[in-house]
Amino acid sequence: MKETLIIAGFGGQGVLSMGKILAYSGMMQDYEVTWMPSYGPEMRGGTANVTVILSDKKISSPISHEYDTAIILNQQSLDSFEPKVKPGGVLIYDTNGITRHPVRTDISVYQIDATAECARMGQAKLFNTMILGGYLKVRPIVELEKVMIGLKKSLPERAWKMLPANEEAIKHGMEIIKQTK
Amino acid sequence: MAEKDVRLMKGNEVIAHAAIRYGCDGYFGYPITPQSEVMETLMEEKPWETTGMVVLQAESEVSSINMVYGGASTGKRVMTSSSSPGLSLMAEGLSYLAGAELPCLVLNCQRGGPGLGTIQPSQADYFQACKGGGHGDYHLIVLAPNSVQEMNDHVALGFDLAFKYRNPAMILADGTIGQMMEKVELAPQRPRKTDEEIRQECGGWAAHGKGDRENYNIITSLELKSEVMEQNNIRLQAKYRAIEENEVRYEEILCDDAEYIIVAFGSSARICAATVEMAREQGLKVGLLRPITLYPFPSKAIAALADRGVKGFLSAELNAGQMVEDVRLAVNGKAPVEHYGRQGGMIFAPDEVLNALKEKLIK
Repeated sequence: MKETLIIAGFGGQGVLSMGKILAYSGMMQDYEVTWMPSYGPEMRGGTANVTVILSDKKISSPISHEYDTAIILNQQSLDSFEPKVKPGGVLIYDTNGITRHPVRTDISVYQIDATAECARMGQAKLFNTMILGGYLKVRPIVELEKVMIGLKKSLPERAWKMLPANEEAIKHGMEIIKQTK
Repeated sequence: MAEKDVRLMKGNEVIAHAAIRYGCDGYFGYPITPQSEVMETLMEEKPWETTGMVVLQAESEVSSINMVYGGASTGKRVMTSSSSPGLSLMAEGLSYLAGAELPCLVLNCQRGGPGLGTIQPSQADYFQACKGGGHGDYHLIVLAPNSVQEMNDHVALGFDLAFKYRNPAMILADGTIGQMMEKVELAPQRPRKTDEEIRQECGGWAAHGKGDRENYNIITSLELKSEVMEQNNIRLQAKYRAIEENEVRYEEILCDDAEYIIVAFGSSARICAATVEMAREQGLKVGLLRPITLYPFPSKAIAALADRGVKGFLSAELNAGQMVEDVRLAVNGKAPVEHYGRQGGMIFAPDEVLNALKEKLIK
């Protein structure tokens, strides 16, 4: 098993922390993991992305220019990373603010309208775990139980009261994701 | 047996934890991307409340390296960290440290230059780290970690070698290794050296009070009598020859039957390990030689591969071609040696390196 994943969107959407939750979850499941963020000025209001690799073998390169899965949370990231999904790979995107939808036919494309759903629920903070839930539905590479341990480890203690709400958001994300191609 | 302390951490965070756990006495630094997490983590951990380690933000890199000079003069285990432009500011201090034969640890988490450049990863400070940077005939001991685990391990190795040879040691990482999170097994906490231990181990040279000795120890790199200064240089050179003889470290991946060898260090070596996997899948006999110490350089290991009949060497670096000169010196004309690199913060992918290998050498 080797999953090379990119999560890309705006700074502030929880892109890096979602990657961190996945990396911790993978570690709990005894996978080798790497978490490589974009860093620097592009994170202040611009785009942010993180490459996460989970593997049952030692990971050679933490850097990749092609991905098994791309989780895309804004138009700029869709434009940048749609061409970099491996043939047969997976693209998951939130349609909020998207004017040019994915065009590739050699990959599986899924939509998850988590921005709209979180707005409806009045729970913007659950956005990234809802997306994570959608991803785990499509790529069930780590058990939910391990994800919850990963989530707890990646959050400061003061945020632990939000764990049940995040677990619900993950489960809700699993329900609302839908395949379009 | 105690349970292993395995965590998920950034390379920069690990440097801070490893320093505390090694029993480091003092850290003096000035923030710069991509390594600011080193001091941030130290400030969060507050080691002055536990081990007594001093953590101080200096007013500049010039100041922090001279604080290191002061601390090292007393036999304390002291360190600093910075990124490329900061290291340029420290160059004078590093030369003084080498000239005064003071042990210390310096992290350079490289970014793209020249000048203020970019904050993205680069390996363009190879020359600066290995060939001087400051003035005079001197060497730093230079370690090149390729993982978060080695960021941890090289803190202890760097300090140990620095004290063994009374010479500054540098960890030459880059933004990739510093910013990346991976699993890491942290070393157990060691106590800091007591004053009595420092007196016993460093009493022959450290300036920590005359005590009951007959003479003061004096720390200086200044010697105006050329006859004496030449002897100082000869002593330094003898030390460097001993380091070259005893402290070379490298890793070989599938080199035994390899017809072509990629030489790469640090983050590039991780990428090139994937290149070797790709090449082998295509039936190409490619191996990777990864210098772990850049100074001393694994020249003998590379020469042995050339003697064995390797058809070509590719030095893959995130720069315009620096380590390739040392590879050429080691191969000494016995096989073609080429360079492939990206610059200015751009990072090559495994397949790019394989394509370069095919174009430049396999043909």
